[in-house]
This record gives sequence, C-alpha cells and structure tokens, in this order.
Amino acid sequence: MSRADAAAAILWVGATFYALFGGADFGGGLWDLLAGGDVRGERPRALIQRSLTPVWEANHVWLIFILVVLWTAFPPAFSAVMTTLYVPLALAAVGIVLRGSGFAFRKSIERLSARRAAGATFALSSVLTPFFMGTVAGAIAACNVPAGGDGAPFSSWLAPLPLLSGAMFVATGAYLSAVFLVGDSRRAGDDGLERYFVRRALAAALVAGVAAALGLVELHAEARYIFDRLVDQGLPLVILSALCGLGLLIVLLRGGRRPLRPLAAGAVVAVIWGWGVAQFPYLLPTSLRIDQAAAPDPTLDVVFVVFAIAAVLVLPALGLLYTLTQRDLLEH
Amino acid sequence: MISPDALPLAASASNLLAAREQMAFTLGFHIVLSCLGVALPATILVANYIGLKRGDEAAMELAKRWSKAMAVTFAVGAVTGTVLTFEFGLLWPRFMDRFGAAFGVAFAIEGIFFFLEAIFLAIYIYGWKRLSGWAHFWSGVPMFVTGIGGAFAVVAANSWMNQPQGFTLNAAGKVVDTDPVKVLFNPATGYEVPHMILAAYIVVGFLVASIYATGMLKGRRDRLHRLGLLIPLTIGLIAAPLQFLVGDTAARAVAHNQPAKFAGMECVQKTGEDETEYVGGICTSHDGVKLAIPIPGLDSFLVGFSTSTKVTGLNSIPPDERPPANTLLHLAFDTMIGICSLMILLGIWVLWVWWKRRDIPKTPWFLRAVAISGAAAILSLWCGWIVTEVGRQPWIVQGYMRTSEAVTPAHGLWFSFGLVLLLYATIGTIAILVLRSMSRRWREGGVEPEAGGPYAPPGAGEATA
Repeated sequence: MSRADAAAAILWVGATFYALFGGADFGGGLWDLLAGGDVRGERPRALIQRSLTPVWEANHVWLIFILVVLWTAFPPAFSAVMTTLYVPLALAAVGIVLRGSGFAFRKSIERLSARRAAGATFALSSVLTPFFMGTVAGAIAACNVPAGGDGAPFSSWLAPLPLLSGAMFVATGAYLSAVFLVGDSRRAGDDGLERYFVRRALAAALVAGVAAALGLVELHAEARYIFDRLVDQGLPLVILSALCGLGLLIVLLRGGRRPLRPLAAGAVVAVIWGWGVAQFPYLLPTSLRIDQAAAPDPTLDVVFVVFAIAAVLVLPALGLLYTLTQRDLLEH
Repeated sequence: MISPDALPLAASASNLLAAREQMAFTLGFHIVLSCLGVALPATILVANYIGLKRGDEAAMELAKRWSKAMAVTFAVGAVTGTVLTFEFGLLWPRFMDRFGAAFGVAFAIEGIFFFLEAIFLAIYIYGWKRLSGWAHFWSGVPMFVTGIGGAFAVVAANSWMNQPQGFTLNAAGKVVDTDPVKVLFNPATGYEVPHMILAAYIVVGFLVASIYATGMLKGRRDRLHRLGLLIPLTIGLIAAPLQFLVGDTAARAVAHNQPAKFAGMECVQKTGEDETEYVGGICTSHDGVKLAIPIPGLDSFLVGFSTSTKVTGLNSIPPDERPPANTLLHLAFDTMIGICSLMILLGIWVLWVWWKRRDIPKTPWFLRAVAISGAAAILSLWCGWIVTEVGRQPWIVQGYMRTSEAVTPAHGLWFSFGLVLLLYATIGTIAILVLRSMSRRWREGGVEPEAGGPYAPPGAGEATA
C-alpha cells in the first residue's frame, strides 16, 4: 500500500465515523421532524434531545476532519469537488449552520412559539443537510466531477444517481438513529418508546433498502465503472452489508435485545467500504486517481501522525464521552 | 432551452470582491466566537477553582452560568467555523489546489485540538450535576489546553499566508515537496500566534467583565457581580500590557517582513529616514497624511530604535503590489493601539486604587469604562484582523499567489454573500437574545426551560420527565 493509498484509507475512516455518528445525529433530527404535535411528540423529542445534546458537536468534527484531510492530502480533488459541486455544498453548509444553531437555541429559548421555530429549523435542516451531502457523494460516484474542476454546476448532481444517493444518506441516518434510540429507550426503561423506535427503524431500513436497490440499478446505468467493481471486488462487502441488515431485521422483528447497534453499524460500514473498494484506485472516478491527487510525502506523513494522535487521544476521549452519556452521567 | 450549466463563468473581478466581502464578514463573525472558545474555558476554570478551593458559592455559580453560556456560543462557533472550512474551497479553490499540501498541515493539526475541545467541553458543560467537584474541574482543563493549541494551529496557517515557507514549487508552480515544520514555524508564527491568543483573553476578559459592570451600574452590587467583574477583568488587565509588547514586536517584524503592509498601516508614502509617525488622519498619495497628529521621527524610531532608521514607503512598492484602502488600514491600526492603551490605563487606575484602599474602584465612571470595554475589545480585535488581512492584499500567499488568482469562477457569489448576511444577522441576533434571556432567568431564579421536551406543552415537563 502506497502512502497515498494509506491517506485515502484515513479519509475513508473519517467518512465512516461521520456516517455512523454524524449520520445518526441527522437521523435524530428527522425523527424529531416526524414526531407530530407537541403532545404526541413530546416523549420521543425529549429522548432525542437527551441523546444528541452532549455528543453532536464532537460527532460533527468528523466532517471537519474529512474536509481537512481531503484538502491537505489531496488538494486537487478538494478543489475539483468544490468548483463543481458548489451548489449542493453551499446548501449543505447553510443546513449545518441552521441545524447547529437551531438545536442550541431551542433548548434555551423561553417562548414556546420561538422554541418551536428553532426546533423546526433544526429538524428540517437535519433532513436537508445529509440529502445535499448525499448528492455530492452520488455525483462523485457517478463520475461527474472532472479532475480539473469546474464541472457542470447543476447537471452533475441533479441526476437520478446523486438524488438517490441523497435519499439514501437521509434514510441511512434515520435507520442508524432509530436503532440507537431503541437502545436508549430500553436504558430509560420505556417500553412504549422502544416499540415506537423499533417501528421506525424497520420503516427506515425498508426505505434505505429500496433506495439502495434503486441505486444499484442507477449505478448500472450511470456509473458502470463503480457497478462492475462493486459486484466484483466489492461483492463480499455488499453481501456483508445485506447480511447485517437482514440480521438486524430479524432481531428487531423477534423483539430481540442484541446485538442491535453492531449490526446496524456493520450494514452501513460495509457499504461505505464497498464503495471505496469499487472506486479504487480513483479518488474521483474516473478522472483523478489517488496517486495523481496526492500531496508530497512529508505532507502525507503529517496526516499519518495526526491520524495516529487521533487514534491515541481522540478515540479514547470519544469513548469516555459516549460512556458518560450512556451511563447518564451527563445532564442534558 | 439553455441548460443552467451553460451559463458563462462569472466575471472574476466581481467575484473577487464578493468572495473577499463574504470571507471578511464570516471570519469577523466567527473570530469573536473563537475568542470565547479559546479563552472562556480558562476564565470559567478560575471561577470553578476559587469556588471549590474556598467553598465560594458565588464563584461556583459564575462558573456554572458561564459554562451554560459557552454551550450556546460554542455551538454557533462550531457551525460558523465549519462554514469557513467550506469557504476555503467554495471561495478560494485555486489557492487550496495549489497550496493545500503546505497550508493544510496546520489545519490537520488543528483538527485534533478542535476534536478534543469539543469532547471535553461537552463533558464539562454537561457534567455539573453528576460528576464530583474536582473530577469535574479536571475534565475542564483539557478545554483550556486545546483552546490554546487550536489557536496556535489556525493562526500558524494564517502566519504562513503572510510569511510562506517550507515548500518547493516546480516549473508549473505545483508544490512538489514540503517541510511541515517550516510551514508551522514560519517567521510570522512567533508573533501572530501569541498576539491572537492574548487578543482572545482580552476579548473574553473585558467582554465578561463588561456584562457585570453593566449589572453593577443598574444597582446589582452583590458578591456574584463583584466576582463576575473581578475575575475576567483581572485576566484582561494582565493580558493588555503583554499584548502591547507583543504587538510592538509584531509591528517591527511586519516592517521588516512585509514592508508594503507596514507602509499601508503607517501611511508611509516615501521611503526614507526620520519618518514621521502619524496618529489618526486620512492617507493621500500626494498631500501626505491629512488631519493627523504628526510625531516627527517616531515611526523610524519604533521600527529600528533610532530616528535614522530607513522605512520603506509605498513609492518603493510596485503599484500592483500595494495594499488597498490605506486610510482604513491606518485607522484600524491606530484604533487597535488606542484601545489597548486605554485598557492599560484602566489597569493602572485599578492598581492605584488597590494600592490606596485594598479594593477595586467602584465609582460609576470606572464601571462605565468597564461596561464599554467589552465592545471596545471586539472592535480592537476586528481592527487587528483588518490590518493583517487587508494589509496582505493583493496577495493570498504573500509573494506567491494573488487573491485574484485564487478566487472561484463560480456563479452566484453575490447571491451567496447576501444569503450569508441574512443568515448570520439572524443567528447573531437570536444568540444575543438567548444569552440575555438566560441571564434574566438566572437573576429571577427561574426554572430552566429544558425541564420538558423541546416543544413540550407549557408545564408538561414535570409530568413526564
């Protein structure tokens, strides 16, 4: 494995963490949006608020990590993506601002109407932000980003595959979030809420599964390069993802207690790495290879050192934060 | 029908202005919040320490309140910081393409600090009830360390744009080799980094103190207000004279490293010895500086400790490499120095009264001075960034790349700037309203609204919690 490949793997690790934790936080916003009126939606919203409050900022940092590693280790790829997909990226950035401030404000505002407005802003932007991020990923997979940048600003992402990818991002986040919230409701000893989120996890799994199946059809039509490798080198990971997804469905339908989170995470992680394997050795299929985009070796070495420090310091610290949250040692 | 993709790329001159305005505005907004992220943890920890060590309930209450306010400001800071991360690519893609491999080094390191800060901040902010006193205190100490580390990394990146080094270009202008240590520790790092960290402590110190000074002017003179004024004010008053020394060093280094920026800051039109220092005024290229207070020879003296020191004037700089908006640069520079000087005078006033009476001054005039010092500190911060960033123009990477070469050719930049103005004005206003309503609630001893669900019906919180 070359240095450049290792740096690309680090980028993918960051994307994996962001999809798992950042994605679940976005999903929490979606369930908040769909929780109904103030009386009916009160309990699920309170649980979502409790689960998200201490962790969402730390989870959000994975996005910064991805962007920084991308521009440091692969500057031309960063520039190409930014000059082509600036419309969905700018919309995602607006969504991030609205979502974070809406979430922070709704907790501290007194007037009920203003809290509702802040809460609705948070919830709605929690759906739109991952959607636009998904279109960016879909446009890259669909080979719509030229190596030199300045690609088509609209047709690059307003196409079936990127739009499906956006829907998949939203559905995956909703799925992860519902599964995580099933666990949280159990810990809170709330059977009603547990059933509530089991139903939602199943619904989200169904939507994500349909979107994934349609995505495969579109991949076949729009991104043959990715499709061919996904059903070849990537096939074991695709099968693993399907097995995890099915396994989780069975556990949920039978009212089983575990392993919920590992199966949900496994299904998502396998898809992300399947995508990575399918587009290897391209960073931007099929216009820019990893080795063509890579920064000089000393810069890549900094990325490795930073990643090593992250593994030694950040991951245990994140573990501590999650443990404290799971043991209800952090108030909300 | 013509596809929207077929629109011609926007004129770059218009794009350059729009991109610069948006960057300046979003950075100016975020920099205030990042000061809070860098320096508020230490301020809170001091209050927390006093509270634990002496069993001082007022100090503990202050630490609690400040950490709750920080929960709001850090959230807004995290998302506005993310916008800046996007903007590097959305506004300046050519810069990132060419120099990301060098410039990115500092940001990669910043990522670690930001991560750790976000994690420990959450543990500290939400750990008040269930973590034991000292364990909770120590969980907050990493915020202080990572705040400083993060400021170091980000400002090192900016220093590198002013004094770029640590990379090798090939004939095509592509970075083919890097020296990360040289990138991080460039000639400007040594003065820019301490200058910004001290600025953060000055902003936080005076801003927090100004809130309690305002309260005391309204007649709230309890122990909580006295401590709330004293702790941050002490931090600000210690930082201000240090800042004066660091700033003086920085100005001398800029005179040497970036003579065009220095000439713009000081309105030096012609290269020569025995240069006059102009305080205030309007810069003109033909009639000298108007409406200024001239101090003969002082400019040369400040640059080289002798009036015979030669100072580079704008006439020695090629016209297309001169910084724009001379008067703005000059006045920003003078305002920054003026405000810092007034802060030092305020410190002398406090020391004098303390020496006489073993107490801080309590006259309304003193409280009024402290009450406006927070806004003055923020103004001074903005002025400093105007000097650094406008003074570097027309370069984005001093001597290597012009800002006009870096800008995106994308459409809709003015639209984007308008949207950003609207968005930031809204969240800025709401953030201030939220902080004010929190403070009112604390004063009235009211119940925290987070008792119920986010939009629970009024009064339903207790029933289901």
